[in-house]
Amino acid sequence: MTESAASPPPVSPLLENWRYFARSRGAVLGLTIFLAMVLMALLAPLIAPHEPNLQYRDALLTPPAWTEKGRATFLLGTDAVGRDILSRILHGARYSLGIGLVVVSIALTSGVVIGLAAGYVGGKLDALIMRLMDILLAFPSLLLALVLVAILGPGLFNAMLAIAVVLQPHFARLTRAAVLAEKNREYVVAARVAGAGHLRLMFRTILPNCLGPLIVQATLSFSHAILDAAALGFLGMGAQPPTPEWGAMLAEAREFITSAWWVVTMPGLAILITVISINLIGDGLRDTLDPKLKRS
Amino acid sequence: MALLEIRNLSVSFETTAGRFFAVQGLDVSVDEGEVLAVVGESGSGKSVAMLAVMGLLPDTATVSADAMRFEGRDLLGMTPRQRRALSGRDMAMIFQEPVASLNPCFTVGFQIVETLKRHTKLSGSARRARALELLTAVGIPEPERRYASYPHQMSGGQCQRAMIAIAMACSPKLLIADEPTTALDVTIQKQILDLLLNLQTESGMALVLITHDMGVVAETADRVIVQYQGRKMEEADALTLFEAPRHPYTRALLSALPENAVGGRLPTVAVGDWGVRT
Amino acid sequence: MLLFILRRLLLLIPTFLGITLLAFLFIRMLPGDPVLLLAGERGLSPERHAALLAQFGFDQPMWRQYVDYIAGLFRGDFGISFSTKRPVLEEFMARFPATLELAFCAILLASVLGIAAGVLAAVRRGSWIDQLTMGIALVGYSMPIFWWALLLIIAFSSTLGWTPVSGRMGLAYYFPDVTGFMLIDSWLSGRPGAFKSAVMHLILPTIVLATIPLAVIARQTRSAMLEVLGEVYMMTARSKGLSPLRVVGLHALRNAMIPVVTTIGLQVSVLMGGAILTESIFSWPGIGKWMIDSISRRDYQVVQGGLLLIALVVMLVNLTVDLLYGLVNPRVRRQ
Repeated sequence: MTESAASPPPVSPLLENWRYFARSRGAVLGLTIFLAMVLMALLAPLIAPHEPNLQYRDALLTPPAWTEKGRATFLLGTDAVGRDILSRILHGARYSLGIGLVVVSIALTSGVVIGLAAGYVGGKLDALIMRLMDILLAFPSLLLALVLVAILGPGLFNAMLAIAVVLQPHFARLTRAAVLAEKNREYVVAARVAGAGHLRLMFRTILPNCLGPLIVQATLSFSHAILDAAALGFLGMGAQPPTPEWGAMLAEAREFITSAWWVVTMPGLAILITVISINLIGDGLRDTLDPKLKRS
Repeated sequence: MALLEIRNLSVSFETTAGRFFAVQGLDVSVDEGEVLAVVGESGSGKSVAMLAVMGLLPDTATVSADAMRFEGRDLLGMTPRQRRALSGRDMAMIFQEPVASLNPCFTVGFQIVETLKRHTKLSGSARRARALELLTAVGIPEPERRYASYPHQMSGGQCQRAMIAIAMACSPKLLIADEPTTALDVTIQKQILDLLLNLQTESGMALVLITHDMGVVAETADRVIVQYQGRKMEEADALTLFEAPRHPYTRALLSALPENAVGGRLPTVAVGDWGVRT
Repeated sequence: MLLFILRRLLLLIPTFLGITLLAFLFIRMLPGDPVLLLAGERGLSPERHAALLAQFGFDQPMWRQYVDYIAGLFRGDFGISFSTKRPVLEEFMARFPATLELAFCAILLASVLGIAAGVLAAVRRGSWIDQLTMGIALVGYSMPIFWWALLLIIAFSSTLGWTPVSGRMGLAYYFPDVTGFMLIDSWLSGRPGAFKSAVMHLILPTIVLATIPLAVIARQTRSAMLEVLGEVYMMTARSKGLSPLRVVGLHALRNAMIPVVTTIGLQVSVLMGGAILTESIFSWPGIGKWMIDSISRRDYQVVQGGLLLIALVVMLVNLTVDLLYGLVNPRVRRQ
């Protein structure tokens, strides 16, 4: 009894991880910016000052409000057809974050299932799957995504699908490696002896112990997905105009780089800030979840 | 005059839990040609004191002493350049993990020659000849072949021999051996220890042997320092210490020798208050 | 060593077959009549259609088509571009030096600067230099490079007028194509200003393409150096009385280079992806621009051949890196 009084109350692993994560200033900053972005995306229809696709014909290429010729109603200026850039960026956040979420969900789910199957079953299936993943990884990711979009046809949904296919092998490899490392550990053997079925062993026993690296990879993939989707949009193979997707906005802005800097600057800045915040979170998570790097 | 003289040495590290003293108020003196054993359990600060002598502590460490002299020259007052001129030439050190002590990317020969190149004016071929001579002296078979070997191609015992060859390259006046046999097999331990003692007798250098093994002390040392929690507990001739240990901690350490086992169990050296404020 | 190379080459065979299979299936996965897609002609007469069908071999069974395709590859037959009517391989070879020149400069810049920055940050761990370097690396790592390219054009081309906006060479210069590398050819031509023009055209695309690899290499170098600096052999090196420059620059860096070389190798694939964006923005007449143009022109023979050739280049570079790795890491070499 005296012993329990002396030692501090046990902390849940989640809380402990959070405390570790919160010690990194960068990670907390990243999380704050990211949550703000999510909030912006969710509230975009309410807080955007204008309709994203409404064209103010009397206000083409208005510079931002703080400049000499700026107008207070268009805080970040307007584009070539008079649409309010701030409103478009706010609505664009919905696309970018949505793209990240969908892509990572598809890539993570399929990658984990494929990797679990390869690692758990082993043998010929494993060899076949891993060769296939090697082949997918042999192509530059953006090029492969482009070619896939060429097959599927340009558009936002197909772009997301293509990026998910390209990102998926990373999850499969990671899961397989983790499964191979865990498969013969005592607790798995114990569960098998206790009569757990294959599916239960795969998903309930082994998978939770491989989560750390998967979470980190998911965060990294989230930022990759946003960057690649924007790149495809910029090349005209992703979201199509007049969708206020940031990459597509940049594609439309390209011809105005000499005359209207704000049309080019703002959407890119939005992409950059979002991706930085996610990468900050990713770095923090990696330090928290990777026991090898953990400092006491 | 003592070869190495340390008075009131303290080494502390800044940690999140405040300042931690690894060594406190330590006096050590080493005479020319003697074998001094520094004994203590792990964490007693015996390595840290010697790392301070070599100037190998990380930047996070704070070293202070009333005096730290080598051949009468003040080590703490020297410029880094002056200290670098000493270490490797007049004082050298070998470590506990022989395989990890050698750089995996360079051949053994390169790593010996490097010290010679730094501290002597020998020509390239003379350096090579000296390196081969050293490899023979430390008992490495086929020195020509081992000269071109990488550390991962050799056993732990051979790596420690190579480390000794590096340390002996410039015939130092002081060799510090930090638990040189702990990581090795029992049969190899004896060989390495004999090698160190032979080299010491031949060259007449001083040898500081850091160890936690009282058996090693009994076989090798002229004089012994017993250290516990950063402080010196006792200092005596090896004979005196084994015959009549004065300090209770020393007695506890000695009673932990395997010979003193009672009914298959050893008396424990409990963490206790051996006259140390912690 | 020879055995090591041979084993690596053998391991490449399944990957090579997989890549060709993927390229082979690519055309057949496209929606629509493959004959129309490949020929790029409209309103074909039934006779012409049948002739083309036989010419492309689509009347054969699948496995036969694949075998013929592979056999064609070994003869150097990567298809024919319908827009230029020239062999894909020939078109590729004409554009490859431009991409190679750009990619080489970018990887050189990224490696030199990245390793230097990483070493500096690791040695001064926790200092403002470390934080600043890693802050910049984070921004670089998160950069949408197509936007970065536009910003640089706004700053250095439009506003300051220092660098040209597009292409590889000023129009005023004409000289024979000797190697295909503008830097070398312009130098050989001896025309005053030609070399300078080549350099000026290279600067911005190189910076853009180098940005992400630079950040990745700097981060990787820093963490590798931090790991190495804590090793016992670093104490040995210092105990020899060596200068700090030699301790860090030789003993530490030599070991830290082992993972860094792998990282640099992996960046080649990233570079080929980045080349698509960079080349299309700077109108750089290389492989990346060729691919994106062909995709938008629906020149599928080129897309198929280009995809395969780029994958082969990446594969060969990775092989080279594997062999280099053996040179850097003695533990691999002698097995």
